[in-house]
Parts: sequence; C-alpha cells; structure tokens
Amino acid sequence: MDTLFGIPLPLFYGQLLLGLINGAFYAMLSLGLSVIFGLLGIVNLVHGALFMTGAFTAWILLDTFGLGFWWSLALAPLIVGAFGILIERLLLRHLYGLDHMYGLVLTLGLALVIEGAFRNKYGSGGLAYQIPDALRGATNLGFIVLPYYRGAVVGISLVVCLLTWALIEKTRLGARLRAATENAPMVQAFGINVPVLVTLTYGAGVALAACAGVLAAPIYSVNPQMGANLIIVVFAIVVIGGMGSIMGSVLSGFGFGVIEALTKVFYPQASSTVIFLCMVAVLLFRPSGLFGRRS
Amino acid sequence: MNLGISRSQILALALMVACIALLPLVLYPVFLMKVMCYALFACAFNLVLGYAGLLSFGHAAFFGTGAYVGAWTAKALMLTPELAILCGGATGGLLGMAFGFLAIRRQGLDFAMITLALAQMTYFFYLQAPFTNGEDGIQKVPRGDALGVLSLEPDMTMYWFVSAIFLGGFGFIYRIVHSPFGNVLKGIRENEARASSLGYRANSYKLIAFGLSAFLAAIAGATKTHVFGIATLSDVSLETSSLVLLMALLGGKGTIFGPIVGAILVVSMESKLATMGSWVMIAQGIVFIACVLLFRRGIVGEINRGLRTSL
Repeated sequence: MDTLFGIPLPLFYGQLLLGLINGAFYAMLSLGLSVIFGLLGIVNLVHGALFMTGAFTAWILLDTFGLGFWWSLALAPLIVGAFGILIERLLLRHLYGLDHMYGLVLTLGLALVIEGAFRNKYGSGGLAYQIPDALRGATNLGFIVLPYYRGAVVGISLVVCLLTWALIEKTRLGARLRAATENAPMVQAFGINVPVLVTLTYGAGVALAACAGVLAAPIYSVNPQMGANLIIVVFAIVVIGGMGSIMGSVLSGFGFGVIEALTKVFYPQASSTVIFLCMVAVLLFRPSGLFGRRS
Repeated sequence: MNLGISRSQILALALMVACIALLPLVLYPVFLMKVMCYALFACAFNLVLGYAGLLSFGHAAFFGTGAYVGAWTAKALMLTPELAILCGGATGGLLGMAFGFLAIRRQGLDFAMITLALAQMTYFFYLQAPFTNGEDGIQKVPRGDALGVLSLEPDMTMYWFVSAIFLGGFGFIYRIVHSPFGNVLKGIRENEARASSLGYRANSYKLIAFGLSAFLAAIAGATKTHVFGIATLSDVSLETSSLVLLMALLGGKGTIFGPIVGAILVVSMESKLATMGSWVMIAQGIVFIACVLLFRRGIVGEINRGLRTSL
C-alpha cells in the first residue's frame, strides 16, 4: 500500500476530503461573521445557533410541510434571515457605538435562548435528515470514493462564497456596503440609507449561516448543540483570516478545515488545539489577521 | 478622595457576615458553600473586568486549573485541604501570569479573543492529560482534615472553613481595590495614555492584576472541588467563563458587592430551575440580554447611582 510519511494514502485522502467538507462549513459561517463584524462591529456569537436553526428549519419543513431538501435550501435562509432582521431591528440596534463587550454578551445570551428553546422542544438527541435522492450514491475517483452529496456540499459552498464575494466586491450595493464599513456617517451624508443597509447585511450574514445549516443537516445529525460546538472554531478562523476580510474568511475557512484534518492524521492530540494556537499567534504578531488590513 | 471604608460599605459588610453566620440555620449549607465559591470567583473576575477594564473570556481556565490541581494534590498526594487549595491557587496564578503576559499586549476585543483561545487550549489539555480522567473528571476527592487535625467531613465544619476562605479572599480583593495599586489600576482603565504619561507602567499593573485575579479564581475552584469532591471538564469550559461574566455583569462590574449579588442570583436560578432541563439555559440567556439592554451598570451599580453609595 502506498504511504506518505508512514501514513496510508487512502487514510490521508479520506481526511483531506473530510477537511474540505468541514472547511466548506467554516468558510460559509466565517464569511457571514466577518461581514457582520465589518459593518456592525458586533461579534455575532449567535451565529452558531442560527446555523443550527437553519438545519432545524430544513427538518421542520420536511417533517411538517413535506418540502424536500432543495426547497429547504431556498426557503430556510429566507426564513432564518428574516428572523435575523428581527434580531437586528429589536435588539442589536441599541448597541451600536457601545463597547464590543455588550454585543458579545447580548448575542451570547440570544444563543443560549435559541439553543435552550430547541432543546426544550426536540431534546438533545439528534434527528436524522435524509440525503436528497438526486445526490445519493458515490463515485470512485481512483484514489478515493467520493459520495456525491459531500462533493456537492463543497461545490455549493464554493459557489455561495464566490457569489457573496462578487456581490460585495463587484456590485454597486457592495460598493456602498464597503464604503459604509469604512465611514458610515459620510455614506449617510451622501443620502444612502445606512440603517437599512446594516439591517440587510445582518440578514444576509444570517441567511448564509442558515444555508450552511441546511447543507449540514444530512451530514451531521440535526441537534441543538451542533452550532455551539462549531462557533468557537469558526470564530478563531475569522480572527485568523482577518475580521472584515471576505477572501480571508473563505481562504482560512477551507485552509483550516484541511489543516485540522491533517493534524488529525499526523498528531491527533493537537487537532483541537492547533487552530487556537494559530489564533493566539496571529493576534500577537499580526493582529489584523492574515488577509486583513486595519486602520 | 476618601480611601477609608464608607458607612454604607460597613453596613453591607455587616449584613453579609450576618447572612453567612445565620443562613445555614435555614438554608442547605452545601448550597451556601457553592454560592460562596462562585462569589469569590466572580469577585476575582471583577478585579480584571471591573477595575482593570479588561474583558477576559477565559477565566474558567484558572477556576478549572484550581479545581484539577486542588483535586489531584488532595487525592494523589494526600495533602491537607488548605495546602491542596493553595497549590491549586498557586498553579492557577502562575498560569494567569503566563496568559496575562501574552494577552495584555492587546486591548479590547483582541484581549478577549486571546484569553478565549488560551482557555480553549487549556480545556483540551485537561481533556487529554492522563491525570484528569477525561470525561469522568477526578472523583471522590477527600475533604480531608484542615491543618491535619480538624475533619471537614461534617458539612457545617466545611461550611466555616469555606466561609473563612471566602471572607479572606473578599478582604484581600477589597484591600487591592482600595490600595494605591488599585487606584492606579482604575486610572489606567479610565485613560491608559494619561496614566502612562504620568510614568505608570500600565502593562505591569495589568499583568499583576490579572495574575492576582487568576490566583483567587483558582482558589475558588479548588475550594469548590473540596466541597463537592469532584473536578470535571465543566469547570474549565466556556460555559463557566460566560457564567462568571454573567455574575459580574448582573451584579455590577466595578462594584465591591456586585459580583456577590450576581453569584447569589445566578446560582439560585440554576438550582431553582435545575429540574426543568433547558429552561436554565433560556433563563440565563434572557438575563444576559436584559442586563445589556436594561441595566448596563448591573444591580449594585444602579443602586450606587440611585443612592450615591459606593457598594
């Protein structure tokens, strides 16, 4: 059997694929977190809970309304995004300009309420969600067996990330968003409705989290803790990539998915800590993040 | 500026001592001991959050280190409880100095994030270290004999032992806050540039405050371990870090008695709702949100503002 540094190649490729799939979720979640932080200055700790809400929404849409995966992929981000808009309008709005600590604490509280509510209703055991019919099965790529669904997750995530990037970097709306991130009062003075822009941005970031949640539903079991376990790692990724940097979040999302998986192969004890080690190093030596710039 | 103890503080202190002396007649002593351990933890945390103005999002690392080292030294090395608790405290304090050394180079959000990342690393260390028994934790830690002679197995004897630690720790924090060192610390919190230009080395002050806070947090963790006879991963978890933040904010950050009030409320809420499953989580979340939106100064902070006291 072929080996690499004493590791059997199939195991190596298997972990690499796992890393890419985790990376797909990391990228979508950190993208939303990063955009929200850039414009609102809010550390959105409720992001993980909204990811979980996305997965549950998909499950409920199927269970109660009989709507399948593809409907969920379109509807869940809209539903959860609308919920996000409500959160921004009712709660976050009061915190702009205050110390970051208050945003952090409020979103943490919100995450507890949402997770607790789902736990109350559905218990902490997982619910199963079927892979859509069109994506059942797997293909043999020669060096690895790739289940269609997992390949699709990586593909969809890449497309969503690229679309978001294009929306922010290449469109008029995105230009306004970037300008407001730099200097909100000035943009407001030009007659652009910044509060609406802020609300929509938060809604869009939350919709990204929900979209990731729908994609995650068939892979992980749908359970109330699924977001809480992920959010801290995603948070580390945003810090490493540079808060507010779009490409930075996407690249470090996929990058750290892979790094984490490879650490699992070569030195399993460190696989959970490697990302935090990098986070501390980045904060100390390059506080604007690997891809970020900071005034 | 009057550095002496004010009349309202004397009243509050007398009330607190009276409560400690009389409440075990009506309430379960183990519950009261738990409150005192968390109250000391919250006061220690408040030293950093309230007086140095630094948001630490990883104080569970010190609380948990105190718990694990206290448990291990008491069980494996058979140390007497006061020595085991001191060992726990010293280890936590050293860890705090190391973490603080890294974290104080950054301010605001970066500071919070560095402490969070270091605390997560500490969590995974305790998950994998051979002496902690992973998910099970260190169980059946003996309460032992204080000073080698006084058995702490009876709940009431343990209660007076914990009360002494709590009051000692509280007095220590009170002295720190009202010392010239404490005043410089508050000066740095208000305006670091000005304090630096007056010749104070801001980073040294912050580091010492962080180390002291970690030491006292670890003492609280080690004491809690002796009360319940167990040290587990939940003591080092992010939930514990956010719980202590909740206590300090709810009671009032930067106030003397606030964290104690916060600890009483949070621990009571936990034990009242313990049988109702995830309602604890929901209730805690709502308290977090209410704190931020309705009374940002915390309960004691609002009282101080209304009555012009400095509790």
